[in-house]
Formats: sequence, C-alpha cells, structure tokens
Amino acid sequence: MGKFNKSGKRGMPELNTSSLPDLIFTLLFFFMIVTTMREVTLKVQFRAPQATELEKLEKKSLVSFIYIGKPTPEFQAKMGSESRIQLNDKFSEVSEVQDYITQERMNMKEEDQPFMTVSLKIDKDTKMGIVTDVKQALRQAYALKINYSSVQRQ
Amino acid sequence: MARKKRNVPGINSSSTADIAFILLIFFLITTSMDTDRGLARRLPPPPERNQTKDDNIIVKERNVLQVRLNKDNQLMCGTEYISIGQLKDKAKEFIKNEQDSPTLPEKHRKNIPLLGDVMITEKHVISVQNDVGTSYQAYINVQNELVAAYNELRDELAKEKFGGRKYLECSEDEQKAIRDYYPQKISEAEPKKYGAK
Repeated sequence: MGKFNKSGKRGMPELNTSSLPDLIFTLLFFFMIVTTMREVTLKVQFRAPQATELEKLEKKSLVSFIYIGKPTPEFQAKMGSESRIQLNDKFSEVSEVQDYITQERMNMKEEDQPFMTVSLKIDKDTKMGIVTDVKQALRQAYALKINYSSVQRQ
Repeated sequence: MARKKRNVPGINSSSTADIAFILLIFFLITTSMDTDRGLARRLPPPPERNQTKDDNIIVKERNVLQVRLNKDNQLMCGTEYISIGQLKDKAKEFIKNEQDSPTLPEKHRKNIPLLGDVMITEKHVISVQNDVGTSYQAYINVQNELVAAYNELRDELAKEKFGGRKYLECSEDEQKAIRDYYPQKISEAEPKKYGAK
C-alpha cells in the first residue's frame, strides 16, 4: 500500500523556456505580414453602417480615405458636435476635398492614377447633406471610383 | 604553450522573449488588421460647364424607377410608401420585366456574345433621391438593396445559362455577358430639401 507514499520532497522539474522567443517571433512575423500600418489617428467618431453586398477593397496603396462623423469627445469643445470631415490628420471643409484628392493623386505612380479609389468612411448617423457635398466635390475632382465603407450585417 | 580548454560563457538569453514581446505589442498597436470592405460605386463625371441642363435627354416615364428617401428615413418607391424589405423585389421586378408589361421598362433586342439575341431592359434607370436630412445608414440600406437586386438577377441568369454557377464563379467573358444583360444603372439625383425643419 505504501507504493505511492514516497518520502521526501520531489523537485518540480524546470520548464524549458529556450524556445519561447521563437514562439513569440513567429507571432510577431504573423502580425507584421497580415496587418498594415495605421496612417491616421481618428479625430471623428466612425461607426460603419451595415450592409450585405460588400466588396473587398483591393490594393491599399491606391486608396485614399475620407472620414466624416462627429468629432470625438476631446475635440467637441473646440469643433462642436456637428458632423465634420477629416482629411489626413486634420478637420477640413468641403472646399478642401478637391485639393486633397489632387494631392493624393500626385503622390501616386502615374500608371496607378486611373485606378485611384476613394474610401468614404462615414459614420452611420451622419446626415446626407454633408455626404452629398463631398460627393459633388469628388465628381469635380474626377475621383469617380468610390467605396462606401461598411461592415457585414449579421 | 598548451592551453587549457577555456569554457565560453553562454549568453543569457532569457530576456529575448521579453524583447520579442515588446516588438509584438508595438506592432499590435500601430497596425490595423481590418480589411476594408464596402459598397463599391461609380460616380457620374461632372457636368460640363457650358452644357445647358440636359433637356435633350428624355427618359420615358416607364423606364424610370423613382426611389425617394425623406428626412425621416421613409422610403417611397414609385408612388407608394414601402418598407426597406420590399425594395429588392420591387427593383428586381422593375429591372427584369418578365411579362413585358407596358408599365415596366421597355425591352430592346440586343446581341450579346455567349447569350445570343436577347430582349433586355437596357434603358431602365433607377433614380435615387434623398433629402439633406436623410441618415447615412438609411441611404446605405437603399444602395445595398439595389445592389443586392442586381446581384440576385445576375446570379439567376448565370445559373440558368452557364450551368448552375454563380455570377462570381463564371469566367471573365461570361461575367461580361451577364453584365451586358443586366447593366447597373443607378442614378443619384442631387438632394432636394422636401421637408426642411
């Protein structure tokens, strides 16, 4: 019966952690490959609207972003709570959209310019008035390929 | 000068994991994984400056499906109020015009490679009109339903003509034929201020 009663303490064998760095590096490389660098910090609240017929946005380098929504709480004191446009890192007016598109186009390779896409990231509670103004500006700037950013409806 | 073999001290690598962790966390924070998805649309080119308001383009009434959204997000299709769930079927019925009804868009004979001579409602237009106060989600819902109507029609056609496959599973030529059969024609009029506050 005393088979299992061993006298004396057993030492806990030490865990070999020499391959831990390799594990972490694998994770690191995975994230480096599947993700892209975030380019702007959002200054407006953006909750994507829901839709079902979605298409993937290919080739990030051909895409420019326009954000529209209410300013985030820390900017509301200064900017008010009306919907605002954000281009790059700052709040902008509708009149600046055209210049922004021109500038974005200049930064692209010449052969890529016809394929330029503008992704409109618009908060779902925005009123259409400002959206239409932006769309008219995009038409004037000949940025005709647009994409209404939205998420899959469950 | 025989030397004793010296032991090379091993480098303590227990902190490599920590260094890798820091790198990992850095990348987790600064990058975003979200693949952007959305409704792809094409805007019409801007009107020419010297162009007088296009009076000479007359679209027959039967060829136009009016979809209106007001500031309270109520939807009107043609002359009646409908709910968003009905819009897709309305649009499909309008685009397809299966019975060649005189109140739905007229059909024209067209020769499409792979499909041959077919009668299609080539001249139909779906006109979406929204108010300044319409919410963006309501607008996206309408756009989404219209795109869904086209996608379903295209899928149906692909199934019928190209052996039970979906539109996206067809070859490039087949897809083009289907696109010619059901061209996407959604026009967006400038918003009106119907019911301003």
